[in-house]
Amino acid sequence: MNVSKILIAGCFTAFLSLPAGAQELTGTLKKIKDTGTITIGYRESSIPFSYLDDNQKPVGFAMDICAKVVATVKKELKLDKLDVAYTPVTSATRIPLIANGTVDLECGSTTNNADRQKQVAFTNTHYLTASRFVSKKSSNIKSIADLAGKTVVSTSGTTNIKQLNEANTERKLNINIIPAKDHAEAFLMVETDRAVAFVMDDILLSSLVAGAKDPSAYVISEDAFSKPEPYGIMLRRDDPAFKTVVDGATAALYKSPEIMTIYTKWFQSPIPPKNLNLNVTISAPLKKAFANPTDSGDPAAY
Amino acid sequence: MDYHWNWAILWAPSPDGNGTYFDMLMDGLKWTIATSVCAWLVALVFGSLVGVARTLPFKWLARLGDAYVELFRNIPLLVQLFLWFFVIPEMLPHDWGTFVKQLRYGPFLTAVVGIGFYMSSRVAMQVSAGINTLPRGQRMAGTAIGLTTAQTYRYILLPMAYRIMLPPLTSEFLNTIKNSSVALTIGLMELTGSARAMQEFSFQVFEAFTAATVIYLLLNAVVTIGMRMLERRVSVPGFNAGK
Amino acid sequence: MSVFSDFDFNIIARSLPYLFREGMTFTLTLTAIATIGGVLLGTLIAMARLSSLPVLPALAASYVNVMRALPLVLVIFLFYFLMPYIGQWILQADRPIQVGALSSTIITFTLFEAAYFSEIMRAGIQSIPRGQVAAGYAIGLTYSQMMRYVVLPQAFRNMLPVIFTQMIVLFQDTSLVYVLSITDFLGAASKVGQRDGRLTEMYLFAAAVYFIISLTASMLVKRLQARIAIAR
Repeated sequence: MNVSKILIAGCFTAFLSLPAGAQELTGTLKKIKDTGTITIGYRESSIPFSYLDDNQKPVGFAMDICAKVVATVKKELKLDKLDVAYTPVTSATRIPLIANGTVDLECGSTTNNADRQKQVAFTNTHYLTASRFVSKKSSNIKSIADLAGKTVVSTSGTTNIKQLNEANTERKLNINIIPAKDHAEAFLMVETDRAVAFVMDDILLSSLVAGAKDPSAYVISEDAFSKPEPYGIMLRRDDPAFKTVVDGATAALYKSPEIMTIYTKWFQSPIPPKNLNLNVTISAPLKKAFANPTDSGDPAAY
Repeated sequence: MDYHWNWAILWAPSPDGNGTYFDMLMDGLKWTIATSVCAWLVALVFGSLVGVARTLPFKWLARLGDAYVELFRNIPLLVQLFLWFFVIPEMLPHDWGTFVKQLRYGPFLTAVVGIGFYMSSRVAMQVSAGINTLPRGQRMAGTAIGLTTAQTYRYILLPMAYRIMLPPLTSEFLNTIKNSSVALTIGLMELTGSARAMQEFSFQVFEAFTAATVIYLLLNAVVTIGMRMLERRVSVPGFNAGK
Repeated sequence: MSVFSDFDFNIIARSLPYLFREGMTFTLTLTAIATIGGVLLGTLIAMARLSSLPVLPALAASYVNVMRALPLVLVIFLFYFLMPYIGQWILQADRPIQVGALSSTIITFTLFEAAYFSEIMRAGIQSIPRGQVAAGYAIGLTYSQMMRYVVLPQAFRNMLPVIFTQMIVLFQDTSLVYVLSITDFLGAASKVGQRDGRLTEMYLFAAAVYFIISLTASMLVKRLQARIAIAR
């Protein structure tokens, strides 16, 4: 796929604001124009990307990015008013809900990979993270091999639980794998000793640990189940017009200094609900991915 | 419909490495059956005890039985499962709690206990109702020929009552099978959970849930037919209270 | 470590507005609309089942039997994903129709509970003595007039306690939308509990609220039952 071409087209449409009436609107754009509403799917506990704050309103890094996308869509369609509807999604429901039209943009922590691209589309990558596990220091688990024969939890419908399943089969570890509905529930299983470890993207694990009652009781593994993989905002497949607008909006944002303001807001300052500071500096590959936005699902591309 | 059907997915290998997606659903079916049967035993035992207690001539015992039924009947099953899974272990002494939580089949055992007690309140209502529909003369006849209360129940009331109760109990057992699906919320990979996992891994939503639907219908048919045969075998000629 | 030593009642007090204004409102709206929809659709299904037309009774019976053989959790998942495609098919639109979480669950529960309500209404209709039907026809009523003025009002009245009992079951069943992360009462309680690490408090509180509502409702049903029994 020629990414740069799409990007140029995206920027072009986004910033020159071609009169919307000039071309026949199709797909999601037409729907948004007709209904005056765009539906955003958010997560319950993908901190700091998409989660519920103290007032149970969805907030986060990905939500801020989506707000920019919504603004661009509104401008693009020349709408005076664009309502935003929020629908909660889980790892298990997000892909069918995008595919069946319930949700237009999924703003969270969804790994972009070749497998999923057969079902949905992703816009430019907004984060890179590897799959690791968290456990209690007291259980003294150092490596993936140490998980053998133990009960391990992961969130259902994630790439992580798939990787855990594959590693389990490949290395004959006899791990008892429990699927949980969302990250908070999965972490709770480790906190209450229901499971010895929780396999997930390391950034999500760090934020869950930071929010735990006693963060010093937990350790995140060195051992990884995967290379750093890209996160992208999800949209429907086979809708090039909408994708062009969304790609244009995200590319413009990522290339501008504003992305660092948003990054600092969520990764290097106190965030709700507990005013914790995750203190995660931006990695070199992510910096590169912001400078040259890409929607590639291949970890090797970063 | 704007959806790409691909039934061959059932025979594609699943990422859990234990064979195909169809095998995954079959594993789910096994857990559904195991959970339902074990929970049903719990429900029968406790439901019968409580159901009988509610018909005994001791007021306080009947009250206690009523309280039991109301308690387990008026809290949603999902909430009860969460109480058993997340709350009760925290209330036990620490070592016991840890032991309970680290049981390898924690979700299965919790489901058996949780669904078992939930269903026991319904069984108890059926048992009391079954005993109460028997003509009062039967109880009196028992007393008249010198049987103790226990003997009256053992030899006269219960054998008749259970026969009458067989059809409603069959439908409660079918409910138990359906209710076992709620255990997916505590991580039990029963049939609905397996279908959900198949959907997540293969993205073939409707193949997964349609296959599960067909399996539930077959399971339902097998149980229904089996119980009809049982009803016919144990029926008492001339005493056709169960219709 | 005992849970009660650090039992935090404060968290419940602080989250009350959210729990009730958002969570319980969703739960009660879903319960009310699905009950009304379920009874109406269920009555139609019951009439179809008892009609003397050729295919209709078999069709209605299959619908009821299939729905009653399936777990609600499965149906909730399936319909949540399926509904937009059905909408597309009905409206002949070029892409799936957007169906919100509340509408989707309302339709799901209505269709599912209609199977159960239809059994109740069928029993209600059958409880009306045949003589009344014959009398209705004798004074020249049509089938629909007879149903409307003679059979259904009585059937409905006789079955009112059973309908309400089923409504209490439905009220409890709505908690299953938890699997879709929808903020019903239980969903709200668990979101607060997970965010603040206070699941024990929140689940116990949720259990107490469901218990009190269901118990009160079932006691009211018992009273109603007694009154109806006298009236008959």
